[in-house]
Amino acid sequence: MNEILEKKKLAYGVHLFWIKNELIAKKAKPGQFVIFRTHDSGERIPITIAGVNNNKFRVIVKAVGKSTYELCKLQPGDKIADISGPLGMPSEIKFYGKVLVVGGGVGIATIIPIVQALISSGNDVDVILASRSREFFFLTDEFENAKNVYYVTDDGSFGDKGFAHEKMDKLLKEKQYDIAWAIGPALMMKACSEVAKKNNLKIWVSLNAIMVDGTGMCGGCRVLINNEMKYTCVDGPEFDGRLVNWDSFMIRLSQYREEEKLALERYLEKVGEPTWL
Amino acid sequence: MAVKDRIPPVERKPEERAKDFEEVSLGYTEELAILEAKRCLQCKVPTCVSGCPVGIDIPGFIKEISKRNFEKSYRILKSYNSLPAVCGRVCPQEVQCEGVCVLNKAGKPISIGNLERFVADWAMQNNLEDKITIERKINKKIAVIGSGPAGLTNAAEMAKRGYVVDLYEVFHTPGGVLVYGIPEFRLPKAIVNKEVAFLEKLGVNIKLDIPVGFAVHPMELLETYDAIFIGVGAGTPKFMGIDGTELNGVYSANEFLTRINLMKAYKFPEADTPVKFAKNVVVIGGGNTAMDAARSALRLGANVTVVYRRSKVEMPARKAEIEHAKEEGIKFQTLTQPVRYIGNNGRLVAIECIKMKLGEPDSSGRRRPIPIEGSNFVIKADMAIEAIGTQANKLLLSQFEGLELNKWGYIKADDYGKTSLPKVFAGGDIVTGSATVILAMGAGKKAANAMEKFLY
Repeated sequence: MNEILEKKKLAYGVHLFWIKNELIAKKAKPGQFVIFRTHDSGERIPITIAGVNNNKFRVIVKAVGKSTYELCKLQPGDKIADISGPLGMPSEIKFYGKVLVVGGGVGIATIIPIVQALISSGNDVDVILASRSREFFFLTDEFENAKNVYYVTDDGSFGDKGFAHEKMDKLLKEKQYDIAWAIGPALMMKACSEVAKKNNLKIWVSLNAIMVDGTGMCGGCRVLINNEMKYTCVDGPEFDGRLVNWDSFMIRLSQYREEEKLALERYLEKVGEPTWL
Repeated sequence: MAVKDRIPPVERKPEERAKDFEEVSLGYTEELAILEAKRCLQCKVPTCVSGCPVGIDIPGFIKEISKRNFEKSYRILKSYNSLPAVCGRVCPQEVQCEGVCVLNKAGKPISIGNLERFVADWAMQNNLEDKITIERKINKKIAVIGSGPAGLTNAAEMAKRGYVVDLYEVFHTPGGVLVYGIPEFRLPKAIVNKEVAFLEKLGVNIKLDIPVGFAVHPMELLETYDAIFIGVGAGTPKFMGIDGTELNGVYSANEFLTRINLMKAYKFPEADTPVKFAKNVVVIGGGNTAMDAARSALRLGANVTVVYRRSKVEMPARKAEIEHAKEEGIKFQTLTQPVRYIGNNGRLVAIECIKMKLGEPDSSGRRRPIPIEGSNFVIKADMAIEAIGTQANKLLLSQFEGLELNKWGYIKADDYGKTSLPKVFAGGDIVTGSATVILAMGAGKKAANAMEKFLY
């Protein structure tokens, strides 16, 4: 259990893992996440499930701090000390008609199961994939059953130059959609939600709040949705992006910025140049 | 004959202990324990036993201490209580066994909690093996959900009676509130681990990291097991819901204590989980959770004030802990209620409070706090910890089709833990709302009796 079966580097600092865990593989639904603790003095971090296959599940990890650097250093055969899950409410998958799904950065991994489930439910799905530049796209072949796939890069190295929400805005001028999803960095989700709001389109976003237990026990991941307090781990992680109080969400995300920086620095002092990233 | 005063346990000095998370009370030495045990009058009809939720033979185990038969004393204790080292430390004895000791009439009651703790610790230090007698194996499967005091007790009882027991826990460590809630300085985790190890010796299969309700549907459990015990506690924190609750620096006591106790954030960066090291901390509430949070914040170097809406008399926390908190330098601002958190760039900087006065007693029998209009004032704070209580986790319970809940969302169960579903039993905080460790253990034991009857 919890053994890393396969590992693949997708881009600088972005790694794919297939992990053995029958229970999670059997029970996970699109939109759900797991909580990892890599070792005994480790912290509990939430990571979205990006696919299942028989007795294993897949995650895509972006190295952003000590715990994710550590995780990315692990190799096939290594074990994760603890994995709790699946957690969170699954995405609301059903027949809507025409659906637009936006994935940005590692959010591209998160939307794969959602897009595939939406297609299986008979929806026409258009996908916008956004990243910093060309080399940060991955697993794009898994979107082959989508109606259209549009690429956007910050630097224009592939597809349209610009941001995901700009592409979304453009598409909404040409086409009608019944519902949308946008998953990626907070700023991207916020911008997409504003575009959706302007167009009167319901949009699901997946909030990557700071969590500890991930089971509704502490309220650390609380967010304001339509001015009401909700717990991301049990009420979400998906919410209607038009109702999210984004400013408060992003301020809460930055709560431990100094501590996160300190932990990473100390870690790098110990292990040296992170050549494995 | 005058009653001798009770023997105080050895305690570390406030100025020394306030800097670390090591245990405050060192308990009795053998000689002190014997002296205290000899004070017991060995009542023919002992009132103390009636005050103990699990009915321990208190004069019996104390008599053996006075005769220096510590092992025999331990056997007596353990036959009633599977977690004596825990209960001796965390029970509110002043309202239980010690509260009804006849010596209250003539002086100070016997220090039953400290004696219980002494015997349990003595047994651990002397590596006394627990006698495990499982009469016969019964080929019936029990699922226990939650490994807090109720679940641990129920699992141990059912295993002793020969049943096959699977214990489901969502966290990476078993113990429930004993590991994430009550701090090390009050209850060393090594003790919890030892008592949990006893369950493994009994053959209980502990399944960690499994969120029942997400990874395992309750209805699957109903199909797989012959009986189920729900002991998931009341773990969902309440917030007052005042303006500014979303500010950085505002914590629920559950989050703060989980970071400190379970994740060892006080050791950051040696442990990976961070916690803010604040200058001025305000803890809101007057229960044990508030005391634990306040004393933990103090140990991180903060200047701590407990804000409570009633007066000191109404505080529900254990007396000993309120005393310990005072000795350590925690300030108390009673008859005060926060009305608004004040932030700057998303960070908490102060709390606006209002003064209260006491009115008529309410349904709990305590005098109701009433705000004094216009008495608002501001306290400087860079961290606020709300310890105003918890509630039931609705998500799990709603998945048990047909499971009846009361109006507060807790499980409806009779005195024997029977719920509205035939195979399903429940006990502890998920039935009563936030209560005590020993009541949860008592409920786990009673439910075991009822489960055995049901399965027979």
